[in-house]
Amino acid sequence: MSIPPATRRKIIVPSVMITGLALLGLSICVAVSVGAVVVPLQTVWGIMAHHLSPALVTPDWSTGQQAIVWQIRLPRALLAAMVGAGLALVGASLQSVTRNPLADPHLLGISAGGAFGAILALLHTGLFLGLLTVPLMAFLGALGATFLVLSVSSFAQATSADRLVLAGVAVSFIVMSCANVLIFLGDPRAAHTVVFWMLGGLGLAQWDQLIYPAVILLGCAAWFMMNAGRLNAMTIGDETASTLGIPVARFRLAVFIVGALLTGVMVAFSGIIGFVGLMIPHIVRMMVGGDYARVLPASALVGAIFLIWADIAARTLMAPEDIPIGIVTGLIGGAFFIWLLRRKA
Amino acid sequence: MTAAALRVQDLSWGPKQDLPVLHPTSFEVGAGRILGIVGANGAGKSTLLRLLYRFLRPDTGQVLLDDRDIWTMSARDVARNIAVVLQEQPTDFALTVREIVALGRTPHLSAFASGGARDATIVMDALAQLNLADFADRMFGTLSGGERQRVMVARALAQQPRLLVLDEPTNHLDIRHQLEVLILIKGLGTTIVTSLHDINLAATHADDVLVLSKGEMLTFGPPDHVLTEEMIARSFGVRAQRQHLHPSGDAHLTFHL
Repeated sequence: MSIPPATRRKIIVPSVMITGLALLGLSICVAVSVGAVVVPLQTVWGIMAHHLSPALVTPDWSTGQQAIVWQIRLPRALLAAMVGAGLALVGASLQSVTRNPLADPHLLGISAGGAFGAILALLHTGLFLGLLTVPLMAFLGALGATFLVLSVSSFAQATSADRLVLAGVAVSFIVMSCANVLIFLGDPRAAHTVVFWMLGGLGLAQWDQLIYPAVILLGCAAWFMMNAGRLNAMTIGDETASTLGIPVARFRLAVFIVGALLTGVMVAFSGIIGFVGLMIPHIVRMMVGGDYARVLPASALVGAIFLIWADIAARTLMAPEDIPIGIVTGLIGGAFFIWLLRRKA
Repeated sequence: MTAAALRVQDLSWGPKQDLPVLHPTSFEVGAGRILGIVGANGAGKSTLLRLLYRFLRPDTGQVLLDDRDIWTMSARDVARNIAVVLQEQPTDFALTVREIVALGRTPHLSAFASGGARDATIVMDALAQLNLADFADRMFGTLSGGERQRVMVARALAQQPRLLVLDEPTNHLDIRHQLEVLILIKGLGTTIVTSLHDINLAATHADDVLVLSKGEMLTFGPPDHVLTEEMIARSFGVRAQRQHLHPSGDAHLTFHL
């Protein structure tokens, strides 16, 4: 790359962040505008402004448009943004502590664990804690899968970073099989819905539920940001990081637990959406360099924008049908993976 | 930089009870002196170093830094006093040389704070000491092996250690960079403990040499006293001949099977 990093830091990074924020806002508006019924952008802004402060705009739209924009598409776009930001943050952080650029909540089996927990709640245990049941069970499932990955890697003495990812792939297969058994044993009609949810979809977004992923996302993002320096130090090696005074094993465990929390909750609301956590941090490092103080916020931003557009594609490619968003991210992610392989070789 | 005195008393370690990798070992390194550790592969050099930088907890004995047991200090406190250059290579995560060197400031920063102007100056000084000022904004991943090693030494210097521990710092370096690294660390003024696989380099650059063989310290002292032909035969299993170079008159060891 020909751009000197100093210039990159001073000029490109702030402009990436400002452009990113503007693009995020615009993407949300476009996502709300397009679909089976197109609502003009002006009307979208009118409805949003009206809801923020009713005196601001006089309604000149139908109640149908109002319901589509405010009740259906806006919460969906916001959920897409949160899931994209969350998965990208988890991917970026796991890549540092495993020192593996291929680490991703999906590849490491954490998403599968989340799905297992959510399916258990949806098909078998019932919602014994109300709305919180599915996210909580998904978190516990993700956490369980995480510990399984960590114990498999220590059992197989696969302590090196690359073998940890192999352990993750193995656990992912096993947990996914168990999840499929749960679906197989469950009520067939409900199972149909669950299979669709598992392929990834944001269609169930509702205002009264958005608060859960929002709170978890903000909390986890803040924790990751506070540890940006440690995440940098972890990339130079376990032993060297420990000579810098970092409690390496404990810190890695903490990152895995916070990552499981964030992944589990996102999976509960959106199903399994792969490759966001793998892809986004790579693209971001090309734009802003490798310092985690910049990688983390930029990943959240780019992840959010990416998933909003992936959802737009999912809703429009075969309109009026919604195709599961996991299919879209899987296609793009798989192609990205191949490009990455070629670039490394 | 100030230097710390290192005292090692009855230090031993093994992964299991009856599997000692390092038998009880005692020695002292005065403040500002350079200790070279030599020994055949598997002699326990890395284990001894790991005990010195508090990565392994000793089974018996103590490591005393200016008479303080390093296990009574916090990990952070130790990191402010002891810096380590290992052969571990950073994974390429698009960090610049400056960002890698700045990691050396980690133990000195209060939690969650990024460095201030003083830290930036220390990082620049460390870069300058290793002739890396022009490399500051280069991506670490684009450097050659020798340049990377210098970056890791600069990172250790940014830690402002009172004891610097190096594990085979000359490995994989060409002869020019080997000499540069050794001459540089000699001029630092801190106490230095380094393992070296090249016995002649140890003989010319260390104040004291410690010979390890099968987890035991065979001898310890100034190179001329310690690196005798018998000692090398015992620890490395080779015949050594001590010769004098012409015209400098320096001692030089040659090895034969």
